[in-house]
This record gives sequence, structure tokens and C-alpha cells, in this order.
Amino acid sequence: MKREIPLFLTALIGAIVVAGFFVPHQWVSVPADFLQRCAVIVVAFGYALGGANVIRVNLEGIARRQTDWPYKLVLLAGMLATLVFGLFVDRAAFQDPGTVSVWIYDNIYVPMNSTMFALLAFFIASAAFRAFRVRSTEAALLAASALIVMLGRVPLGDFVMAGLFDHEGLPDFVRHWRLEPVQQWIMDFPQNAAKRAILIGAAMGVMATGLRVILGIERSYLGGSD
Amino acid sequence: MNLRALEKLDPRWIFLVVGLLVLIPLLWPVGLPLKPSTPVIQFHDALEAVPDGSTILMSCDYDPASTPELGPMTRTALRQLWEKRCKVVVTVLWNGGSVVVDQTIEEVADEFRARGVKLVDGVDYVNLGYKSGNEAVMVLMGQGIASAFPVDQHGRVTATLPIMRNVSGYSGFPLLVNISAGYPGTKEWVQQVNSRFHLPMVSGCTAVSAPEFFPYLQSGQLRGLLGGMAGAAEYELLRKEKGSATRGMDAQSLAHVFIALCIVLGNVVHRARPAGGQA
Repeated sequence: MKREIPLFLTALIGAIVVAGFFVPHQWVSVPADFLQRCAVIVVAFGYALGGANVIRVNLEGIARRQTDWPYKLVLLAGMLATLVFGLFVDRAAFQDPGTVSVWIYDNIYVPMNSTMFALLAFFIASAAFRAFRVRSTEAALLAASALIVMLGRVPLGDFVMAGLFDHEGLPDFVRHWRLEPVQQWIMDFPQNAAKRAILIGAAMGVMATGLRVILGIERSYLGGSD
Repeated sequence: MNLRALEKLDPRWIFLVVGLLVLIPLLWPVGLPLKPSTPVIQFHDALEAVPDGSTILMSCDYDPASTPELGPMTRTALRQLWEKRCKVVVTVLWNGGSVVVDQTIEEVADEFRARGVKLVDGVDYVNLGYKSGNEAVMVLMGQGIASAFPVDQHGRVTATLPIMRNVSGYSGFPLLVNISAGYPGTKEWVQQVNSRFHLPMVSGCTAVSAPEFFPYLQSGQLRGLLGGMAGAAEYELLRKEKGSATRGMDAQSLAHVFIALCIVLGNVVHRARPAGGQA
């Protein structure tokens, strides 16, 4: 029963939600709408579960003096301080300007969040120099496309092209050759074709997996080996 | 130049060059010429085609990390809609984003108030804040916006707000403006809302996710697309604004050129390596 009940519930709920997409009758749409509401509540409980897990894992790390345990301490202190100010000081107005929670958000969360993302620019440049190696024809095509799109997407690309080729004495097709239309062609045709194929393939994969879950063939989400 | 020496180049030199290439044009803008692309013109025209005074749904699905890229297009879209006296209902599906989105809305609203335009929170616009649940929330909103968001960002009961009087589900909106940094975002809005509830939509997204949405643009499921800071800068140009996206384009241009040079130089150095050398 430990496995049969979850399998039955999954099949029933999955079938109702899928049917709700196609059948507008209230016998189907009302339970399907109810299940959608339940999904939102379950996801919200996921945050509580995630928070409890963060506390448990990091407390264990601190107790065992694992590598970089002081960082875990900072994480827990930050998490608890945010929770305490939000729950007991700012309460329902915790997102209003002038509250401690918004101060924490503006002065700690925003700079840290932005810094992590901004570091990407530096690592992409370094990776471009060290790791983007042209070792085959396909890689050469990829590199050429990447260079054209990267330069064609920014105004400096065509500015440089004009500086290089737009000189009297050169044939017209050379003088007026710009990267922007070429990058647009790459985006509109080869890129779109490949992306559409990936999207359709992924969608069919999702449908197949969903059907396998509803029919009880795919059981890995229950844990264990099967 | 000794190419062998470049093989052992300290990455901190690359970091320094990137830092300078981004910082210098931000301090002293060059003002490189911009030209609006078709997806950006389509985005602008889709907003322009909305009847004056209608209520627009705007989902700002991003957090502070993407704000430099997506904040400018959010501001310009709000300006365009408010100049048409449209009412704007804002939702956020990213847990870190509701406050930064709220600050952006208030910043633009204050601009209008400074010009003597009366904009009242709850009447002309509302930020319904963050709701967890991703796609489930999108579907739930189809049953009623107020049932999916019972209270707004500031704890007011959504159903009692004047702006919500003429809005129940998606049928009350002529257009969805989605500003998206990833999941959940444009792809999920197209799949769950555009295809199911037939709500026309436009998207502004990060540059890295824009290629993913071109098929939706080509199929007509998206009426317009702003891709990253370049899209936002072109949109600002169409709106005759000189915002932070336009200012940022010089820095982005130089960074793109430098990364292109890094790819070329990295391969030249690699080719110059003697055969049998370590990879």
C-alpha cells in the first residue's frame, strides 16, 4: 500500500488535470481548478520544508566544524535575522519602504545577488580565451556564428565594419556589407529551426514522461531503484 | 608578441580589461548609433495598439540580478502604457523580485506625478506582488486574478481595489507584457496562458534567453520581443528616451568585441602551440 496509494493518487490527479485542459464541463473543471489551487499551496509549503532543510544541513556542518563552517554560520545568522525582523518586527508590512526587511533587501540581498550575476561577464571573457577551441568543422561553424551574432547584435559591430570596408574604390557589395543583417538571418533561420526542433522534442519528451507517470510506468519519483 | 607567453596569461589581466571596458564607457559614454530591430518595433507597436485607458497585465518575472538588463525595459513599457492612460496590474513570479519591481514602478510613477499626471496606487496601477507556484499560479489566475492574489504587495485586499473592478480573469486584459529573466517566464506564459486563454502577449527578456523565444515570435504567439539590453536600448530609441539601457550599450558593445577577440586570440595561441603540447 505504501507504493500503491501514491501511484493511484498520481494517476487520478494527473488524469483530472489533463482532462481539465480539454473538457470544460464543471464535473471536470471544478476538481481540476481545486487541484491547481492545491498545487500552489503545496509549493508554498515547499519553502518551509526548504528552509528547515537549510537549517538542519548547516547546523550539522557547524557542529562538525566542516570546511568553511563560518560561512554556514553567517548564512544561518542572516536567514534567522531576516525571518525574525520579517515575522516579529515588520510583520504584514515587511515589503513596505522604510522597514528593516526592505533595508536588508536593498543593502544586503540586492548587492550580493547583482554581484554574483555580474561576475559572469569576467568568467565568460576568461572562458572565451581559454576554453572556446575550434577543433572541428562544426566547432568552426559555431565559432563563426557566435562571432557574427555577438558583434552584429551591438552597434559597435557595424561601426567597425563601416570603418574597415566602407571606402571608395571598393565594390558596393563590400562597402555595404554589415553584420547586423547576417546575424538576423542566423537568428531567424538556422537558430530558429534548431530551437524549434529542440522545443518540439522536449515537449514530446515531457508528454511521454507525464504519461508514463500517470500510467504508473515511471516510478523513480517515489524513490528507490524502480 | 610572444604567443607562448599568452598561453600562461594570468586570468586577472582579462578580468582587469573587462572591468575597464565596462567601467570607462559608463563614466564617459561614446553614444554609438543604434537602429531599432523588427522584434523591438513589433513590441512597441503592440503596446501602441492597445486601446487608450485599458487595463494591462504586466508580469515582471525577474530579481535584482537581472534588474540592470530588464529594469530599463520595464520602465520604458510603464511610461508608454501610462502615457496612453492605461491601468497596469503587475504580478511577480520570482521570489526575490517583488520589492525591486515595486521600486521600479514607484520610480516611474513619481516621474509622472512630478509632471503633474495623477497616478494613484490601487486605481491606476497595482503591484500584486509575489506568488509561489510558477505555472500553477498562471493557470489559477485564469480562474480569477483576485483569487490567485488575494492581497497585493502591501497587504491590501485585491478584490476591493478600484483597478480590479473591471478585471476578473485574463479576458479583462487586451495584452500581457511579460518581462522575463528565465523560469518561470515567457516560455511558461506562452504555454500556459497564451495558448490556453488566447491572451495576446509581448515579451522582454534577458539576451541569453532571447533566442529561445524567436520561434514564438515567428509563430505569432509573441507580438513583439525585446532581447536584453540591446532590445531595451532600441526600445528607448523608439520612445525617444535616453535611459540606462542606451547608456549601457557602449559598455556592452566593447565587452562583446573583447570577448570576440578573446575567442580569436585563444584559438591563435592554441594553433601556435607545438604539436603534442598539452591541451
